[in-house]
Amino acid sequence: MLAISAGGGLVWAVWAIAAFACLASSVAVVSFANPFYSALALIGNLGSLAVMYLLVSAEFVAAAQVLVYAGAVMVMFLFVIAYVGPRREAPWAGGPSWQTLGAVLAAGALLVEIVVAIGLSAGGRLSRSEHVNATFGSPEWIGRLFLTDHLLAFEITSIVLLVAAVGGVILGSHTRRQDSGAAPQDAEPRRERDLEAVR
Amino acid sequence: MLGPGVVWYLGVAAFLFGIGALGVLVRRNPLIVLLSLEIMLNGANLALIVFSRHVRGGAGQIFALSVMAVAASEVCVGLGLVVALHRRRLALDVDRLSELRG
Repeated sequence: MLAISAGGGLVWAVWAIAAFACLASSVAVVSFANPFYSALALIGNLGSLAVMYLLVSAEFVAAAQVLVYAGAVMVMFLFVIAYVGPRREAPWAGGPSWQTLGAVLAAGALLVEIVVAIGLSAGGRLSRSEHVNATFGSPEWIGRLFLTDHLLAFEITSIVLLVAAVGGVILGSHTRRQDSGAAPQDAEPRRERDLEAVR
Repeated sequence: MLGPGVVWYLGVAAFLFGIGALGVLVRRNPLIVLLSLEIMLNGANLALIVFSRHVRGGAGQIFALSVMAVAASEVCVGLGLVVALHRRRLALDVDRLSELRG
């Protein structure tokens, strides 16, 4: 009994640290002026979320979170931020102040709505303590689910990724193709004309 | 379930979603708007995984993995747009990119 309560205390402590890191880093993402620091803070956010996934025994999702999000996606973000170059922006300025005020009010209303909806509809039934067997959340269990019950979601995911990759290639090659249509010595003035037209 | 109950995790998820929504609405740099969008998606993911643990079913975790794939696709297209904007030397400011406004 003592071991169980000590384990519960340890889980509480780990949860509290992870939750604090998660909320603090998400506030940091929104409030940093430099997008580079925001991306670094989001990596911390994703890591602390992976710790919380481990606490609810979702091992495979935690591993995928670290590999896919904190690894691949954030590296791509950092590459693009480095490519675009450091552009600083005052976090809360810009636009009329009623716009910022309205945004803060809308986000607060969304938060209150979520809390009230979940609390009213399910608050009484969410406090039960339940145990799961050892295979819950393991890669084998996830793989079996993906290839039996959720095969359609698996296949549609592959199509979504393929379409996104094609879209990324088209977006990346658009300006180059437009330039190669013109004669080489004409390319630069034409781009300038385009820019003037856009402006 | 040792430690905190489902409600605590859901509180964290709701705060993540709210902070992400605030970032999407307030910030003007499209890169930070994309990062805030990731925070919103992660808040929803946390809620899905905690509910999956609560009902001891697998659908929530499958849904969370699908959300991760969709987020990766969204980042791919969004960063492609940012790079295209940068190549055309347009301002990286979502308030000034209003040519499509009706």
